[in-house]
Amino acid sequence: MFGFGKSDTNALTMDKPHPDSLLDTGAQGVIGKPIDRIDGPLKVSGRATYAAEYDFPDLAYGFLVRATVGAGKVTEVDADSVRGLPGVIDVITDYKTFIRNPGQGGDTNKPPQGVADVAYFGEPIAIVVADSYEAARDAAQQLRVSYEAKEGRYSFAAYREEHDKPPEGVMPPYTGTGDPDAAFEGAAVKIDATYTTPSQNSAAMEPHASTAVWEGDELHLYGAYQMLSTDRIQLAKAMGMKPDKVRIIARYVGGGFGSKLGIAPESVAAAVAAKAIGRPVKCVMARQQVFDATVRRSNTEQRVRLGADADGKLVMLGHNSLVSNLPEESFFEPCGQATQFLYAAPNITITHDIVRLDWLLAASMRAPGEAVGMIALECAMDELAEAVGLDPIELRKRNEPGEHPIDHIPFSSRQLVPCMERGAALFGWSKRKPAAGDRRGEWLYGMGMAASARSNMLQKSSAKVSIDGQGRATVETDMTDIGTGTYTILAQITSEILGLPIDDVTVKLGDTAFPPAAGSGGSFGAGSSGTSVYLACEALRGQIADKMGVAADGLTLKDGRAIGDNRSVPLAELVGDGIAATGEVAPGKQEKETLQSSYGAHFCEVAVNAVTGEVRIKRMLGVFAGGRILNAKTARSQILGGVTFGIGTALSEELMHDPRNGKIVNRDLGEYHVPVNADVPQIDVEFLSERDIHANPMHAKGLGELGISGAGAAVANAIYNATGVRARDFPLTLDKLLDGLPAV
Amino acid sequence: MKTFTYEKATTVDEAVRDIDRAGAKFIAGGTNLLDLMKLQVETPDKLVDISRLPLGEIEEREDGGLTIGALVPNADLAADPRVIAKYPVLSRALLAGASGQLRNKATTGGNLLQRTRCYYFYDTAMPCNKREPGAGCSAIGGFNRILAVLGTSENCIATHPGDMPVAMRALDATIVTLKADGDKRRISIHDFYRLPGDRPDLETVLEPGELITHVELPAPPEGRQVYRKVRDRASYAFALVSVAGVVKVADGKIASAALAFGGLGSMPWRDGAVEAALVGQAPSDAAFAAAADALLADAKGYGSNDFKIPLARRVLIATLRELTGE
Repeated sequence: MFGFGKSDTNALTMDKPHPDSLLDTGAQGVIGKPIDRIDGPLKVSGRATYAAEYDFPDLAYGFLVRATVGAGKVTEVDADSVRGLPGVIDVITDYKTFIRNPGQGGDTNKPPQGVADVAYFGEPIAIVVADSYEAARDAAQQLRVSYEAKEGRYSFAAYREEHDKPPEGVMPPYTGTGDPDAAFEGAAVKIDATYTTPSQNSAAMEPHASTAVWEGDELHLYGAYQMLSTDRIQLAKAMGMKPDKVRIIARYVGGGFGSKLGIAPESVAAAVAAKAIGRPVKCVMARQQVFDATVRRSNTEQRVRLGADADGKLVMLGHNSLVSNLPEESFFEPCGQATQFLYAAPNITITHDIVRLDWLLAASMRAPGEAVGMIALECAMDELAEAVGLDPIELRKRNEPGEHPIDHIPFSSRQLVPCMERGAALFGWSKRKPAAGDRRGEWLYGMGMAASARSNMLQKSSAKVSIDGQGRATVETDMTDIGTGTYTILAQITSEILGLPIDDVTVKLGDTAFPPAAGSGGSFGAGSSGTSVYLACEALRGQIADKMGVAADGLTLKDGRAIGDNRSVPLAELVGDGIAATGEVAPGKQEKETLQSSYGAHFCEVAVNAVTGEVRIKRMLGVFAGGRILNAKTARSQILGGVTFGIGTALSEELMHDPRNGKIVNRDLGEYHVPVNADVPQIDVEFLSERDIHANPMHAKGLGELGISGAGAAVANAIYNATGVRARDFPLTLDKLLDGLPAV
Repeated sequence: MKTFTYEKATTVDEAVRDIDRAGAKFIAGGTNLLDLMKLQVETPDKLVDISRLPLGEIEEREDGGLTIGALVPNADLAADPRVIAKYPVLSRALLAGASGQLRNKATTGGNLLQRTRCYYFYDTAMPCNKREPGAGCSAIGGFNRILAVLGTSENCIATHPGDMPVAMRALDATIVTLKADGDKRRISIHDFYRLPGDRPDLETVLEPGELITHVELPAPPEGRQVYRKVRDRASYAFALVSVAGVVKVADGKIASAALAFGGLGSMPWRDGAVEAALVGQAPSDAAFAAAADALLADAKGYGSNDFKIPLARRVLIATLRELTGE
């Protein structure tokens, strides 16, 4: 290691607006540019090492054993039944330590432990370790396990009347204003519709995987996780260790979408097994196990009531959701998240209740809340537009709020209306015909739109940035890049503020040996970790100014040189052996004093086959405003991925729970239908210029989940416009449309 | 995956000789067998690799037909200029199946033997009569969206998932085999598959150790050919309903018709009653409706697959319009 000179910490709590940004005054000119991912060459050449790819001398392979009853007790794991098989080292059961289900994202408690009692079909109850993956898998499949089965709760329909009110999550479970029931009763126009969405799986390309290595009393875990600083605490607590004895390394993650926010069962099982046999253990979950025993998005049943006057102005907005989860799990899918502030209404009721089921864990999946909640809300708005006789965009404009309609705080920035107007112009929205009004041969064409909103959050995050004697910068933080482009944007921020060519910036992520970061989740990664890097760079800029003997605001940094006071000095000369600083950001009063959200508008054109009900999306377009765009290319890619998710939600994705035991019936990618290339049309994305001084010093807001929010509703509304069939039970597979299609 | 031994056959005679005991299986592309072995749905103790046998040619016969080697990959068969020109229904069916990568590996012989995609067949924790006769059927009373409505039994409602075999039924293909004792057989595709009955584990009339060496197509049929596949996404999904149709119209009447169906039956489905309802009739909605009635007279839904019955009716009628229209 090179020696660091002076080190300091630049901490910011976001209590006040931050009108000035070093990203506006930087001279390097890289921020916002569509720079290719700096880690791209490593990935396409196979040199980016993922959790399942680390190798160690004497490495053993673990394969999880699943419970094959939906509820009950494990009475015996007959290890002797497989111990003699070739290559098998041992069968390890630790009923007390193994976790029954993954941890929730950001939770600093340990996940529920104890697997002698089976909470859901597929719960990992043991691990077989062997000299090869194949030997471990074979033994796990042959292992004899005995159970005392008991009755379970496996059917949402059967138990939907029994539900409880969850504790507060990312939002209060019950919120609202005014007298909604009376207002609905008196409304001139009423929509009262119930939408259902099924359980979903993130289906990240990389399955969950952990390689556990003990170094004395320290545990090193190479994992596939999104939020290392809290994952480390979850793992340490589950193992009965101090967090500083646990190190998690996740330099590259092949998609997470929420399913890797908390630790999953393979991590603890690998750690326990590695300790038991005195060898490193790698445990990669098979695709079927990812479906069985990681995380699902809850199924939902959402009743939306809209009461409006004859001009389409809302007098009442109701969004009442039933979701599901395991007993004692407090997470609820916050379907009403965006409903709290999207439209002006004097009377609002938003509620969430949980039906307790013996199904695998429900937790955060991409845009928890908005992804399915905005399907219900934005389809209902489409129904209201039809009922009132207004264009859907005009209806939304008439209900544009001037402030948060429940909390009465201002919006930090909000360009929903400009997004809709710009999108309508680009898309050719004015050519939309009345429902079922555009048949071309066997195909029914239609257009739909929906608003998009995703709350902006800031999380505690820290990073260290150093400049070495050669004038090259290194960023270190335990932030992750789960495919989103974090490596690249952190390099761009550093490059812009320190005036360095981007090739002179090295970004090191995904290791709890580095300062703790927010992690990747909730669309807060770029804003939070980016701000910590910004703050560290700001401190370094101060140090450089001192060395130049100029005031910081009189200093220009460009192309590796410090310029000020009529001098231009190479950074390498100024910094001596090197300088370093740490940036720390924390949320503050701004998040209570303003409502912060990104916005957008989705447009979709579909063709529905009049014979079969097959839906083909012809094109989609979205216009979005998410504050400053840090990298136009990675931002667009985030939206493309989100819109594709939205297409899956609308058309094909559905986890089937067998009502006899709760098991996932379709537990591979052959039968859990994510969209394939042929399902995804040309998608056009445009960002409106925006700066949000309340969000963070970069003036950027979250984007990662904005693309999915509302996208499925635009598809569903287009299907209605094409066919005149209003299906509300998602996904809208062809059988849901068939009855309403023209006779053949 | 259970431990197995592996042998590479270099001649066809050697291959059938090497299949010397129950529990041994031939492997060619392995696109279905390997997946099933990883899940221990298939547990052969020996694999005889036939992928290097000289069965990779497509040859024209004197009678105007084609002889297709069992190892011709799906991709090559679909792209063969003679197939495209004379048997377009086969080319289109092949291209409607799987993905480009899979079609490069999957073989003609292997594809005839593709096993069902029933969710419960794939999960060894759930009872399945196809995996273990007598164990029970989980799909009846469970999820059966993708399963069969024709040719089912109280023991099994699994669907044959293929596309290529559906087209081959419409084309009256013949399957040529070599038995372990050296005897050659020629089996009409119409006699090749078995209904599940009380032995859903037995899917074809092949005897243990019998190797498919070729598939023969008769001289190209007259008339128009269509393959239409309806599924849950635009690509890479198994058929909910598919129709392979070959229909000739002459003098304003349907002179001949061959119609086979995928996604509906426990095997690639063809029912002479459907064709009988059409041949000799002028193309008309009434005739098409009668054909659909004939096809679906004995159809039985099991809950989540009920929709296949009205869907099949609609698809058949639309396909017949396409086959007989101006």
